[in-house]
Amino acid sequence: MTAARRIRVVLAKPGLDGHDQGAKVVARALMDAGFEVTYTGLRQTPEAIVRIALDTDADVIALSSMAGSHLPICRKLKPLLEQAGLGGKLWIIGGNLPAQDHDALRALGFKGVFQSSSRLDDIVAFIRTQLP
Amino acid sequence: MKPGDLPTMEARPVTNESGIEIKPLYTAADVMASGGDGLLGLPGQYPFTRGIHPLMYRKQPWTMRQYTGFGNPADTNKRFHYLIANGQTGLNVAFDLPTQCGMDSDDPQAEGEVGRVGMAVDTLRDFEIAFDGVDLERITVSLTINGAAAILIAMYLAMAEKRGYDITKLRGTAQNDILKEFIGRGTWVYPAAPSIRLVGDTIEYCAKHAPKYSPVSVCGYHIRESGADPAQEVAYALCIARAYADEVIRRGLPVDEFAGRLSFNFNCFGSLFEQVAKFRAGRSLWAQIMQEQYGATRPGSMWMRMLAGGGGGGLTFEQPELNIVRGAYYALICALSGAQTMALCCYDEAYTIPSEYAQRISLRTMQLLIEEMGLTDTVDPLGGSYYIETLTNQMRERMQAIMAEVDAQGGIVKLVTEGAIQAKVSAQAYRHQREIENGTFRKVGVNCYRTDEKAPEMEFHPYSEQDARAQIQSLDRVRAERDAARVQAALERVQADARSGANLMPAIIEAIKAYASVGEITGVLVGVFGRFREPVGL
Repeated sequence: MTAARRIRVVLAKPGLDGHDQGAKVVARALMDAGFEVTYTGLRQTPEAIVRIALDTDADVIALSSMAGSHLPICRKLKPLLEQAGLGGKLWIIGGNLPAQDHDALRALGFKGVFQSSSRLDDIVAFIRTQLP
Repeated sequence: MKPGDLPTMEARPVTNESGIEIKPLYTAADVMASGGDGLLGLPGQYPFTRGIHPLMYRKQPWTMRQYTGFGNPADTNKRFHYLIANGQTGLNVAFDLPTQCGMDSDDPQAEGEVGRVGMAVDTLRDFEIAFDGVDLERITVSLTINGAAAILIAMYLAMAEKRGYDITKLRGTAQNDILKEFIGRGTWVYPAAPSIRLVGDTIEYCAKHAPKYSPVSVCGYHIRESGADPAQEVAYALCIARAYADEVIRRGLPVDEFAGRLSFNFNCFGSLFEQVAKFRAGRSLWAQIMQEQYGATRPGSMWMRMLAGGGGGGLTFEQPELNIVRGAYYALICALSGAQTMALCCYDEAYTIPSEYAQRISLRTMQLLIEEMGLTDTVDPLGGSYYIETLTNQMRERMQAIMAEVDAQGGIVKLVTEGAIQAKVSAQAYRHQREIENGTFRKVGVNCYRTDEKAPEMEFHPYSEQDARAQIQSLDRVRAERDAARVQAALERVQADARSGANLMPAIIEAIKAYASVGEITGVLVGVFGRFREPVGL
């Protein structure tokens, strides 16, 4: 990555969950940090998320899930991301994610797992550390 | 000491969330300077600042209505009976996301979401099971449903009628506030214009056939959760309420024939005094709007009947047991504000769907205010406080200014359709989150008084794939058993009425009675109306 290219993030709301306050707040924080952010809006299918990630040449695929369906969604998304050649990108997820699901999410390839109590600066710092 | 001598300048400046500067002391002079007590009046009298009824809780305490629903209708029915057995006086139904988005449980997009955050409902059969054994006269039911509201209201009326209730006497509420759904919460289905038409259809139909039923509960609640301040919360909600009223009046229905059944739903977290002033100000403002702008003459048409509560935005992930304490203060706020109905978010909601135990604590919190704390002894106990009366005047003025700004910018429907309100409140939510993180907005346990102690053990609500499969099997059975020709004819009528512009409720009710599913009816309507396109921007 050249110094001129900014980190590109796709921030998606998968599934039917309509709670987007947190996702929009995080999107603004990432933009303030100098990242290029594409916020997808609600009700994105795994296929749509992959397409947007490809179209925007995303470095980071970030999901926001507040309504409990994070595991089935991530299980569906993982093979699609890999098939699309996005397996090497940074996958992260935030939202209402019970602690007992964190290992499963990491095992699915989501390196960053952020509870709803996470600090914005910690999310930004995590992405910077992972994409030096 | 005269008011002018007070050491205001030496004190640390304090501004409430609505942007009003708070003085260290209030006197009668402040009440006068803020507009006086001309709008105070008496409870039960215009403009109802002190309450919509003369005796308020002396006559009847608020209705207690915890938000509940999960899994299959049979699972939810059990929790309903548990809450009723524990003294709850109303029900507030949570639907799963597929139902809220107008999808059947076997829709591919519903996979993994059936019965997860609420009860799964596909057909009338599900309502028959969910409300089995619930006395619909004694227990009023509130349906938290928006995009699919017309269908679920039809289902409720059909279920009650089938059980022998007189629909003209049936009470209950549907949330059915689609405009706020575009701002926050997001369970929209159709574009704005047909969505508003459907809200109009439900109001018009209920006014004529189910006059005790409240077809709409206009929600400032979720706008506040999305980042609005308390004054904006009420101001935007009143703009939305006017949009629905305009839609119905356009059809020729006189205001006094429907306005009395419009209700409201507001949030309660934040500064106690600001919230109490917010509710009192909002009540008088709505009465003024209905009388002066709409020419309402029946007092009921001017009443801001409200559910107040929730408070989710104020609860914290950190030190979750503190949420029990916050909930108690939130309930106190609602009781001091003259709410008709109260519901509280539970202490474990930042983690999971509330356990029975957590639900019972919330219910007991409200019961405690009634039984031990004297909150039902007298009407509007804070009325006459210099501070509260000044703040009520100032909050009313702020709300009026916000409403005027919305009108000047083209009206709430335009602003919501374009995403302008969404962008505004989301920018505020971001600022607020930064203030929490840099410590300028204090949250106990979050940015002060933190602890390394582990949170207490939570009982996590289990999700059952088995239940989801059972729900789909049950839908398959209903489809196999129903009269296919009757369903087909009913759906064709729904389509024809959607195209012609006729009130859709009779056709939807007939389809529901024929056991057409939520997804089938929604599919027909989407075919005519199309889908809402979210204005995605930040």
